[in-house]
Amino acid sequence: MRETFTKGMARNIYYGGSVFFFLVFIGLTVDTVQTLPKTDNRENLTEEVVAGKRLWEHNNCIGCHTLLGEGAYFAPELGNVYTRFGESTEAIKGFIKSRPVDGIPGRRSMPQFNFTDQELEEIAQFLKYADGIKVARDWPPNIQG
Amino acid sequence: MKYESQSIAKLYFIAAIGLFVGQILFGVILGLQYVIGDFLFPEIPFNVARMVHTNLLIVWLLFGFMGAAYFLVPEESERELYAPWLAKLMFWIFLVAGALTILGYLLVPYATLAEITMNDLLPTMGREFLEQPTITKIGIVVVLLAFIFNIGMTILTGRKTVITLVLLTGLVGLAVFFLFSFYNPHNLVLDKYFWWFVVHLWVEGVWELIMASLLAYVLIKVTGVDREVIEKWLYIIIAMALISGIIGTGHHFFWIGAPDYWQWLGSVFSALEPIPFFMMTLFAFNVVNKRRRDHPNKAATLWALGTAVMAFLGAGVWGFLHTLAPVNFYTHGTQITAAHGHMAFYGAYVMVVLTIISYSMPIMRGREAANARAQVVEMWSFWLMTVSMVFITLFLTGAGILQVYLQRYSEDPMSFMATQEKVEIFYWMREGAGLIFLIGLILYIISFFVKGEDVKMLGSSVSIEETS
Repeated sequence: MRETFTKGMARNIYYGGSVFFFLVFIGLTVDTVQTLPKTDNRENLTEEVVAGKRLWEHNNCIGCHTLLGEGAYFAPELGNVYTRFGESTEAIKGFIKSRPVDGIPGRRSMPQFNFTDQELEEIAQFLKYADGIKVARDWPPNIQG
Repeated sequence: MKYESQSIAKLYFIAAIGLFVGQILFGVILGLQYVIGDFLFPEIPFNVARMVHTNLLIVWLLFGFMGAAYFLVPEESERELYAPWLAKLMFWIFLVAGALTILGYLLVPYATLAEITMNDLLPTMGREFLEQPTITKIGIVVVLLAFIFNIGMTILTGRKTVITLVLLTGLVGLAVFFLFSFYNPHNLVLDKYFWWFVVHLWVEGVWELIMASLLAYVLIKVTGVDREVIEKWLYIIIAMALISGIIGTGHHFFWIGAPDYWQWLGSVFSALEPIPFFMMTLFAFNVVNKRRRDHPNKAATLWALGTAVMAFLGAGVWGFLHTLAPVNFYTHGTQITAAHGHMAFYGAYVMVVLTIISYSMPIMRGREAANARAQVVEMWSFWLMTVSMVFITLFLTGAGILQVYLQRYSEDPMSFMATQEKVEIFYWMREGAGLIFLIGLILYIISFFVKGEDVKMLGSSVSIEETS
């Protein structure tokens, strides 16, 4: 690099630039957190949903599925599964309940988690709540996720 | 080796390489599960193997970063490590905690692991990459704090260089942002938003500081180029990394319920994220071309150039490929993401750790560079791993493009599972490339044991010792 561009200038760009954009980021984060109530479906964040989220975490569902596009890419997107299953929590529960213990020969299969009826209801309610989050452009592009 | 305590790095590097092998073995298992869906089911379901694969990666890279810091900081600071015993103690704590966590993943169902580690007291488990039990996360914080204290005291009481200060900033950032892994709100959007404070601000933020400083250190050593020149490059690279990368976090906020302005901010700033990686490539080739010495460690120079190029391709080019919101609308959460993730992590972080290992291991074993035959084997492993990673990325990209078309773009979209069957050929090819990668890794390990005559630096090695 030319001599006119000194190390001191490079250092100032680093300190100035990173501090400035970090402060902007904090500002945007504050604004985002304040704006979220319009989209994040918090009005439907019931105790059942909270319990469902814990079940979702404790069974590492994100290790195969995506939820709003984040997670693993081994199994279907679940951010819109409530819509895909005809807006039926019963259909979701039925699917989870029916998974064979030893899998399906040669194919991918979700494990059998042996959830109680209460737990099935909680996980289904959590997925219904996730589907209710208002996402930009109503992502995913279509019902297949 | 100028300082006795630098040799602690050897422990860390050996552990890192060992865990790297584990990571790749599980990668091969995962690749096979993509095509033979019931492989190892239900004993090791996909989610468990994936957790082992990604967590081992994170842990061995952390071992690598710590080892790198323990090696270069005493030399840069011109003093022994502040507390060598603490570095050794933390090594064993981290290794045992890491091994127990991985065994926990493999030996009991994840829900049982959550129960016996009392996740309900402070629920942090079950989120991608942050699957570790809360107690392990606390352990990671303790190890990181002790490590930063040790490194920080060494730096602050010794000679301060730009390299050590940038490295320290990166490491402190790593520890600070990891604290967000303890925040797990019920609200899914908030959970996702702050989850990225760990994941994005690590790999597209502070880790770039660590990477750039390690690369700068090795380049000073192997090229003998004036420190002033290298430091200027270092500042401008990390400046661009943070200027683009901080607001660039917004490219993760497109489809999680965050406000619409992130579509613009995320697109524009993340489109700038390739710039620091491109500058790293320019930087590496520039200083190697202007080298003032021919260091006998050719392999280390190859790794240094390789990491710059591959980080630019993997993080820069493959990142840009799907970072603009209108494109990401279709590609989000598909095999395109997986393709990018593989080459970016390999190019930027795996390779930079292998660069510093390549440079420092011979020195810690009492010679300037490995013998010529060992270096040839090491360079073969470089090419096998790097080329096979390029192909893994290309095959996943092929799978991803087809997946996007069939499942999201065409007039009559297919279901996820039907699409997966259609793209199976790409998964088989990826698995083949993965096996070549494993062969490259085995060769890499063999290279440490190849015997031959020592290579000496041409001419006097003293006369061109760095000037600053």
